[in-house]
Amino acid sequence: MAALSSPLRVCRGILKELRSSKGPGYKQTLAYYFVLDQFRKNQVTNERHCRARREALHASHSYLCLLASTRHHLTLHKLFHGKGEREPEQVARLVGLQLPTQPGGKGWEK
Amino acid sequence: MQKDTLKFYTMHLTTLCNTALDNPTQRDKGQIIAAGLKFLETDTICYRVEEPPGLVELQKNEWDPVLDWIEKRYNVLIGSSSNIMGPQIPKETKDTFHQHLRSYNFWALTGLEFIITQLKSLVLSFGLVDRHLTVEQAVLLSRLEEEYQIQRWGNVEWAHDYDMYELRSRTAAGALFVHLSSESSTVKHKLLQD
Repeated sequence: MAALSSPLRVCRGILKELRSSKGPGYKQTLAYYFVLDQFRKNQVTNERHCRARREALHASHSYLCLLASTRHHLTLHKLFHGKGEREPEQVARLVGLQLPTQPGGKGWEK
Repeated sequence: MQKDTLKFYTMHLTTLCNTALDNPTQRDKGQIIAAGLKFLETDTICYRVEEPPGLVELQKNEWDPVLDWIEKRYNVLIGSSSNIMGPQIPKETKDTFHQHLRSYNFWALTGLEFIITQLKSLVLSFGLVDRHLTVEQAVLLSRLEEEYQIQRWGNVEWAHDYDMYELRSRTAAGALFVHLSSESSTVKHKLLQD
């Protein structure tokens, strides 16, 4: 059950997410350096089952999941759920009515 | 992530920080632990259906190993049940978990409670926090029945995937929150032997 993908895949995944959210300048962001630094720090270990390494890998996997799933969630939200509010005129037109026009303007309009 | 508009409903880590800081329900560690343990009585993976046989089989194959794992890991008995009353959790089991949960600090417990509410399962939450499961695995196991129905009847992107990604992102945030609130990392620099 605990078969996690390789650190390289996770690292690449996180960097891809960073790129898609920050744009072309992602290599200059603090987040980029932090991620790479964290992965490098955990690379060298002479213990076969290094607990810190496994923990870091699981955490990075969770972080990747967070980034990717938030992005997908937002995409789907925009695609299917995000029409937002319509103007009153549009709403009226939906049912075939038209908002009345007041020649002198409404009371609160200048 | 946040571009032109701030979408607070996707800022799960921030929300969790705020919850831990504000403690809107004014509870202490003990109360959070008690609430979590209560959830064990209605734990998703302890509640089994009796039909259809495909789902029964799936629940057995996917959930039993996790139950085995937690029972071994914590030396407790939980068990599963297919009647309305649910499993009878022995007092010793609750005590063991209580002891274990007390070792977590308040922030970590806030995160853990969030995960339990999302996954609807204490067992799966422990599996995730103990790093036995990944977020994706925990979410899949939590949504086992939905996934089964999707396999049979087809996927509806704007509902099924939407829910799945939302659950994933919340659970991932919760897991990270617990781990970041609990860990202390030290780097021991060893000299290379020439």
